[in-house]
Amino acid sequence: MIRIKCPYCGERDHSEFTYGSDASIEYPNLESNAKDWTEAIFFRKNIYGKQIETWHHTNGCRLWLIIERCTITHKIFSIKPAHPEIHKLLKNQNNI
Amino acid sequence: MTRFNAWNVIKNGLNDQTGWDRQWRDPEPKKEYEIVIVGGGIHGLATSYYLAKNFNIKNIAVLEKGWIGGGNAGRNTTIIRSNYMMPGSHQFYEHSLKLWENLSHDLNYNVMFSQRAHVSLFHSPPARDVAARRYNIMKLHGTDAELWDINKLKKNIPYLNYHNARFPILGAAVQNRAGNARHDAVVWGYARAADQLGVDILQNCEVTNILRTNSNIDGLETTRGIIKAKKIGFAVAGNTSRLWEMTGLGNLPIESHKLQAFVTESIKPLIDQVIVYGVGGAHFYISQSDKGSLVFGGDLDWYKSYAQRGNLPIVQDCAEAAMAILPCLGRIRIVRHWAGVCDMSMDGTFFICNTPIKNLFLNAGWNYGGFKAGPASGWYFADLIANEQPNQIIKNHNLERFEKGINLDERGAGPDPKLHG
Ligand SMILES: Cc1cc2nc3c(=O)[nH]c(=O)nc-3n(C[C@H](O)[C@H](O)[C@H](O)COP(=O)(O)OP(=O)(O)OC[C@H]3O[C@@H](n4cnc5c(N)ncnc54)[C@H](O)[C@@H]3O)c2cc1C
Ligand SMILES: [Zn+2]
Repeated sequence: MIRIKCPYCGERDHSEFTYGSDASIEYPNLESNAKDWTEAIFFRKNIYGKQIETWHHTNGCRLWLIIERCTITHKIFSIKPAHPEIHKLLKNQNNI
Repeated sequence: MTRFNAWNVIKNGLNDQTGWDRQWRDPEPKKEYEIVIVGGGIHGLATSYYLAKNFNIKNIAVLEKGWIGGGNAGRNTTIIRSNYMMPGSHQFYEHSLKLWENLSHDLNYNVMFSQRAHVSLFHSPPARDVAARRYNIMKLHGTDAELWDINKLKKNIPYLNYHNARFPILGAAVQNRAGNARHDAVVWGYARAADQLGVDILQNCEVTNILRTNSNIDGLETTRGIIKAKKIGFAVAGNTSRLWEMTGLGNLPIESHKLQAFVTESIKPLIDQVIVYGVGGAHFYISQSDKGSLVFGGDLDWYKSYAQRGNLPIVQDCAEAAMAILPCLGRIRIVRHWAGVCDMSMDGTFFICNTPIKNLFLNAGWNYGGFKAGPASGWYFADLIANEQPNQIIKNHNLERFEKGINLDERGAGPDPKLHG
């Protein structure tokens, strides 16, 4: 069982969360051509090792989180709210 | 090599089984081959067999980093069916099923293929409509398909939960020619038959680097030395992206996710078919092995992973699903469970295709349904490598289909690999 330390709720089993996807993808601007969009939507690095990904605390505070996790050992390296403003707010409050 | 036949079985029964040879050789790698296939699962081994058999190519090697069948080939729940709808895919899977039907004879190896029927339950009128649509498409393509109403289902499978299921069972979509086979036997059967046709099966031979010029791959660096080849095929399932990275060709429309399988203690014969239960958040499939164990599985572990071990929430999900339709299993014990790393593609469909490197060919994206595909995958991949262009029926099963908008999304789940199955 992976344990995820939600910045708002504290440490919980990962079964409370929903895995989103690769958080390193940068979407091109709307005018970009089909090739760039195809690359962003359909093609993945599929990292063997440490990757940045999104998780949703579905059965908790419902924050989207950005997590750095190893895809081989499942060890988690860092967790922060995906929204930069919420990240700032919680950081000030909790000193995390 | 000693063939398996009645005479040899009797003869060796009388001489303490001392008359059998090795099933395949353990050769030293040669410096160079005509064709090298990376990956000793079903797909790699089947490819080498059909290259040798259908195209009479002699100088072939299969490179396997561990032991053959140590990957998903030896980890799956062995369900074989051909109930696909997308253009190309239904012909492909039907061809595979036909190859399965004669595989034991073709390989002279009992793969224990058992056409015990695949019974997919439905639980609401709309689900029945969806099942009917799929099965009508199958029938139009000459594949066998049936819809069972509740009475027929009760008669054939009397022990399901017909009384108080949260999602009442209304009937089932059935493919009678579908079933199971013994996974190890398929791997060994292909290896033995390929070896007999001269294919070198090189185990403990991991590809660690790729020697590339602009338009060609010259050779492969492996843990058993540099091996050169005129043509190279990748068939490494969940490890495809890692190997691809060594080519320097960028990203692939693939993510690696893990899927678990479970085996219970042996019981007397109970489940005669493959039974599938899928509704809302639940997904569950079960059959009984010839040893009497129940073999079952459910969904992926829901997050990207290269770990060949499963998580606990899925154990609970599968147990709940089992109890929902088969309450009679309440006290059975699970004795083993494990996971395999699946090459989940962006639309749930596979790739057998050319690549930007002229002498490199790709076989990948099997999601968690690649066991049934093994024979046809080997067949068409061999055809692609020999002819350097794909057969008509898989002409869209390539990496360019996304940019062209030809997604082959069997489930209609969209570009999220974990949602395909
Ligand atoms: C739990 C589970 C249940 C499943 N159930 C079903 C089912 O019921 N029905 C069905 O049709 N399908 C099922 N599947 C899917 C099916 O097992 C796979 O799609 C299929 O086995 C993949 O093809 P393969 O056999 O060639 O792969 P594998 O057996 O994984 O072969 C790939 C091989 O490549 C080797 N390799 C990797 N990297 C390298 C390298 N760098 N150098 C050399 N060798 C390398 C690996 O060691 C491995 O042996 C299931 C999968 C899992 C995990
Ligand atoms: Zn939370």
